[in-house]
Amino acid sequence: MADIIDKIVLYLQYPFVRYAVIVGVLIALCSSLLGVTLVLKRFSFIGDGLSHVAFGAIAITSVLKLTNDMPFVLVVTVICAVLLLRTGQNTRIKGDASIAMISVGALAVGYLIMNIFSTSSNLSGDVCSTLFGSTSILTLTSDEVIMSVILCAVVVAVFIMFYNKIFSVTFDENFAQATGTRAKLYNLLIAVIIAVIIVLAMNLVGSLLISALVIFPALSAMRVFKSFKSVTVCSAVLSVFCALLGILISVVFSTPVGSTIVAVDIVVFVIFSVAGKLSVKFM
Amino acid sequence: MAQLTCKNLCLGYDGYEVIHNLNFEVNKGDYLCIVGENGSGKTTLMKAMLGLITPVKGRILTDGGLKHGGIGYLPQQTAVQRDFPASVWEVTLSGCQSRCGLRPFYNKAEKQLAEKNLEKMGLEKLKKRCYRELSGGQQQRVLLARALCATQDILLLDEPVAGLDPKVTADMYKLIEELNKKCGITIIMITHDIQAVKYADKILHIGDKKFFGTKSEYLQSDISKGFAKGEYNG
Ligand SMILES: Nc1ncnc2c1ncn2[C@@H]1O[C@H](COP(=O)(O)OP(=O)(O)OP(=O)(O)O)[C@@H](O)[C@H]1O
Ligand SMILES: [Mg+2]
Repeated sequence: MADIIDKIVLYLQYPFVRYAVIVGVLIALCSSLLGVTLVLKRFSFIGDGLSHVAFGAIAITSVLKLTNDMPFVLVVTVICAVLLLRTGQNTRIKGDASIAMISVGALAVGYLIMNIFSTSSNLSGDVCSTLFGSTSILTLTSDEVIMSVILCAVVVAVFIMFYNKIFSVTFDENFAQATGTRAKLYNLLIAVIIAVIIVLAMNLVGSLLISALVIFPALSAMRVFKSFKSVTVCSAVLSVFCALLGILISVVFSTPVGSTIVAVDIVVFVIFSVAGKLSVKFM
Repeated sequence: MAQLTCKNLCLGYDGYEVIHNLNFEVNKGDYLCIVGENGSGKTTLMKAMLGLITPVKGRILTDGGLKHGGIGYLPQQTAVQRDFPASVWEVTLSGCQSRCGLRPFYNKAEKQLAEKNLEKMGLEKLKKRCYRELSGGQQQRVLLARALCATQDILLLDEPVAGLDPKVTADMYKLIEELNKKCGITIIMITHDIQAVKYADKILHIGDKKFFGTKSEYLQSDISKGFAKGEYNG
């Protein structure tokens, strides 16, 4: 045990590890906030679709050799989020199909582009790190760190500002709209926030695992807590805790960061499921 | 001027018409029942009144005092997902949302209003409980408290007693009647329950045959005969 703590202390002296911990925790915090909304509004398919779009966008940036790929990926993902929401609202079945088309299409084209244009000698390593975020959190440049911190701050601020409106729109969209809340606008806002979160979370867990990062803490919290506020707070705490633990474990045992965090999330989910069952039994 | 007027109203979805040329008006303090067979377009009409769908033709006029969003609404089936974690308090308070405008949080007056409406519905004890763990009748009352937070003027209720037992149904009707008589809130209620008609001042019957008029006129007309004898398939 003392060994492990020594090791952690040693690693924390490296700036890149500290960056990783800070950014990782912030990203985990952001991504957990909209988890409930995402799960219950069946927006999760949009989240999944968007993460693939972000993968495609990253492939393009790697071809264009942009030094800081985040702004480009962010813009593309936000635009797609708006488009997907539009199509999803108008025609139900076609909307689903178009999301599948865009997301799988982006994945395929992204890989193709990377394959054709990449000059890197370790192509499958690159692809793997984009999909599973294997080490990208440890290789953040200071630009990326600053940008991540700013975006996280914006996401948290917007979420708190619109917390009550997000609740109304998620709980009963028709009622909210009928009583004069601009539900469409807030849906759009939610979609944009999701897009931002996805771009952020790409760095931490890679595009394939984003949904896990967003959904698991919310699902865990929902096993035990019953009000929107307590679920939101609990999932934020859980998400931060899991990310912290996951990053430390991965640094010490050199496991891939993203999948380690998700594994911790899964363990917590199992614990909370059992706790939820027990509390029902004994109360 | 009437609080709410429908003029030559035609409603429909994707090109086919559900309601054709409907005319009626609701005055302040009225108690209007909307009756008709399943699928005759009652919910559709209510959605149009709420501004959730736009009319194909014709107009819905509201009185100057009744601004957009000044309508309280109790939905037919709660579109709410079954798993949603929300406390009774949070749900009720969300009725005040339109009062907030761009202000992010509820102020004291809004919290007091929510508190008062919970009391009115006899729900003080359930305040902290989880909405999805309540019985159907309790859930209806929570949604009614939420609707009351949204308006002081007019309440639209879509089959408020569907699935409730006779006692709770009677309680619900009494509550609604009190809101109408004591608080002067206009009630527009969709119902399949012939019992409910006795509370109403006016009846709107939609379907193949249309009727709009007072309760006594309705009960003497041919249209009500079919409805009252249970010839409709509801
Ligand atoms: N979203 C929709 N898209 C297309 N058609 C619809 C939609 N909603 C309702 N309809 C159709 O419009 C007609 C009227 O439906 P509506 O829900 O208004 O009936 P209703 O009078 O409320 O019936 P019920 O008594 O069963 O509640 C039905 O034929 C229905 O199939
Ligand atoms: Mg209906």
